[in-house]
Amino acid sequence: MSDSSLHSAGSVSKPDTIFEVENVSVSFDMNRGHSRVVDDVSVEIERDEIIGVVGESGSGKSMFAAALLDAVVEPGLLSGEITYYPEDGEPIDVLSLDDDELRRFRWEEVAMVDQGAMDSFNPTMSIEEHFRETILAHEANLEEGMDHARELLAELYLDPDRVFEAYPHELSGGMQQRTLIALSMVLKPNVIVMDEPTAALDLLMQRSITSLISQLRDKYGITVIFITHDLPLVAGLADRLGVMYAFDFVEFGPTYDVLKDAAHPYTRALLKAVPNTLTPLEDMRPIDGDSPDPVDVPRGCSYHPRCPLATQECIDSDPSFYEVHGDRERLSACHHWEDAAEAIPYSLSTEERV
Amino acid sequence: MARSADPVVELDNVQVHFNDTGFIDKLRGDETIVHAVEDVSLDIAENEAIALVGESGCGKTTLGKVAVGLQRPTGGTIRYRGQDIWEAKENGRNSEIPYSKIRQSLQIVHQDPGSSLNPNRTVLTSLEVPLKMTQSEMGADAREQRIYQLLEYLGMKPPQDYAHRYPHQLSGGEQQRVALGRALLMSPDVILADEAVSALDVSLRVEMMDLMHDLQEVFNTSFVFISHDFANARYFAGKVGGKIGVMYLGELVEFGPAEEVIRNPQHPYTKVLSWATPTLDPDLAAEESMDPPVRKIDIPDPVNPPSGCRFHTRCPDAREACARESPSLQRGETDSLVSCFRMDDQHEYWNSDPFEGDDDPTEREHAGEQ
Repeated sequence: MSDSSLHSAGSVSKPDTIFEVENVSVSFDMNRGHSRVVDDVSVEIERDEIIGVVGESGSGKSMFAAALLDAVVEPGLLSGEITYYPEDGEPIDVLSLDDDELRRFRWEEVAMVDQGAMDSFNPTMSIEEHFRETILAHEANLEEGMDHARELLAELYLDPDRVFEAYPHELSGGMQQRTLIALSMVLKPNVIVMDEPTAALDLLMQRSITSLISQLRDKYGITVIFITHDLPLVAGLADRLGVMYAFDFVEFGPTYDVLKDAAHPYTRALLKAVPNTLTPLEDMRPIDGDSPDPVDVPRGCSYHPRCPLATQECIDSDPSFYEVHGDRERLSACHHWEDAAEAIPYSLSTEERV
Repeated sequence: MARSADPVVELDNVQVHFNDTGFIDKLRGDETIVHAVEDVSLDIAENEAIALVGESGCGKTTLGKVAVGLQRPTGGTIRYRGQDIWEAKENGRNSEIPYSKIRQSLQIVHQDPGSSLNPNRTVLTSLEVPLKMTQSEMGADAREQRIYQLLEYLGMKPPQDYAHRYPHQLSGGEQQRVALGRALLMSPDVILADEAVSALDVSLRVEMMDLMHDLQEVFNTSFVFISHDFANARYFAGKVGGKIGVMYLGELVEFGPAEEVIRNPQHPYTKVLSWATPTLDPDLAAEESMDPPVRKIDIPDPVNPPSGCRFHTRCPDAREACARESPSLQRGETDSLVSCFRMDDQHEYWNSDPFEGDDDPTEREHAGEQ
C-alpha cells in the first residue's frame, strides 16, 4: 500500500466504514479496442448496512462485485485501492493479499453469493459434506460450525436434517439458493456480496429471500452488498442505493430519498421505466436511446446522449458528485441535478407525482 | 369458465397429465403422473391480450402450449375457429380448416431468444424462412424489402445493417425483436409469448411490451403472455384492456380484467402474488408485512397435488372444508372469476373448522423450479 493511500484512508474514512474503494477500474483489451467495464469507481461501504447496487446488464455492477473480492478473472485488469476495515485490527489492503490470504479473506471476512446456485455446489457431494468441508478447510470448530449451519438453515425455512442428507439436484431452485446463503454465512463473515442472488427464482421466493436477508442482517450484524438490475426488488430491502450507469456510479443516497425524489436524470428515467403494480400505466415509459458501448463510452457525462437536460457542459466535462440539497448522504453525478425533478417527473403510486 | 363472444381459440375442460415414470419405476409398476393442467376452460378472442401468471410449475407454459396447439391435452378439447385442432391433424386434407393453416396461425416466442434463433443464420436468412413458407411466389428482392420494412418497424435501424448480423452480434432485446418479427411474418392470429420479457433488464421491458402492443394493433394479433412476474403481466394486459389469469398447480384460480386482478385481488393466492411483488413506493413498502402470507413458502409436488382446493396446504384462510372439496370459478364481488369458497356466503366453508395444517410426510417439495 502506498503512503498516499494510507494517508487518505486514515483521514477521510469515517470510523464505521468497512470497505473503502478508491479509483478502482477494471479493463479488458478487446479486438475492437480497450474497454473499461469499471471506470474509476470510488465508494465507501458502511458497516452493517444493506447497500443496493442497481444497474442494467453491462453497466459494470458484477465486475464491481468481483473487484471487491479481488476476483476479476483474466484477462481483466484491476487497478486502484480497496481497503477493508475489520472491526478490530489493522486495515487490509485487499489487492495486495497473497493467494492464501485471499482465500481466507473471501470466506471468513467477505462471502459471495451469486445467482447460479447449482454451479456453486459439487453435484457428487451431499449438502452436509459441503458444510463440513467448508468448515474444515478454514480450520474452524466443526461441531460449532455444524450447529451454526443447522441454525441458519432453519432460519431460512429449511429442514436441516432433510437438506443435509440431500444432494444438490434433489433441492428445488429456491431451496438451493437458500442453502447457498446459509453456506456463505457458516464461517460468520462480516460482509456478504450478493450478485443477483434471486434472479432465477419465482416472485414469492425472491421476496421471501429478501425478507430473510434483512432478518439475518439484524440478527448477525452483517454488511450486505446486494447487486441487481431489478430496482423494485432491492427497494424494500436496502438502506442505501447506489445506481450504476456506464461503468460508474451516478447516484448514491438513502433508499427512501432516492426512490421518492431521485436526483440523477438516469435514476428518474429508470424509475419511470420499471414495471410495477401501482404507477398509472400511462406513466410508464421506456428510457430513450441505447446503453453505451464499453469500447466507446460517450465523453463527458456518459448519459448525455440520452438525457433531456444535456448541455454543452455535459459533453465537455464528466460531472463528479454534487451534494443534493447540501446533504452529504445524497450524491448525484449530474451538472443539472437541480432541474432533474422538473424535467423528468415520475410517480410511484396511483395519485401523487413528484 | 372464462368465455368470450367470438373466440379465435377455445379451450374446454383442458387437462394435461405427463407420465414422468422412470425406467426402474416402470419395472416395479409404479407410475408418476404430473398433473400439469387440470380442467381449464378459456377463450381467446380476436385482438385480445391475456396474461397467465403463477409460480414455476403451475402449468402456465403447458396451458399456453395447449392454446397454440403445441401440446396435446390428455383431456378436454381445443378448437381454432370452431375446428378441433387435434382432429384436424388426424384428418389431414378432410379437415374443414387444414392443420397447416392452424399451425401457421398460432405462433410462439420463447423466453430465451438467443437459443431460439439459429446462430449460423443472419437475421435476414432467419426471417426469410417464414416468408418463403407463407408467400412462396414472392421474389428475392421483394422479400428482402419486406424484411427491411419489418426491421425498421421493430426499431432496428438501419435495417440493412441489422439484416446481415448474426444473433451473437445482437443484444438480448434485439434478439427478442427478431424472434417476434419471425413469428409475425407467419401472419398469426395468436402469439404465445412465453416469458418473452423476463430475460430482459427491467429497464427494457416496457419498451418490448409497447412494441408488442403496437404490433398487436397493426397485425390484429392476440397475445397469450406468460409471466411469473405480476408487474409485467399487469403492464402487458392492463395497457390494452386485457385480462390476467392466475394459475396455481395446474388450475386457473382467478381470471379477470388486469387492473381489477391487480388492484382488487380476490383469491388468497392472488393476494400472495401481490404481496410478493415489490412496491416501489417506500411509504407503502414500510406498511407491508415482512412475512409471506402463506403457511409454507415451498410449492407442493404436482405429482401429488393436495386434495380439495389445491392451495389449501399453503392458504392462510384455509378451513377443513377446503381439504375435502374442490372449488370452481365463480363471480364474487368484482368482475373477476375466482375459485374459492370465500366467494360464496352460503358455503359450508364458513361453518367449517380452521384447517390445522398437515405435515404430510409423503409430500415432496417440487424440484422443478427455474
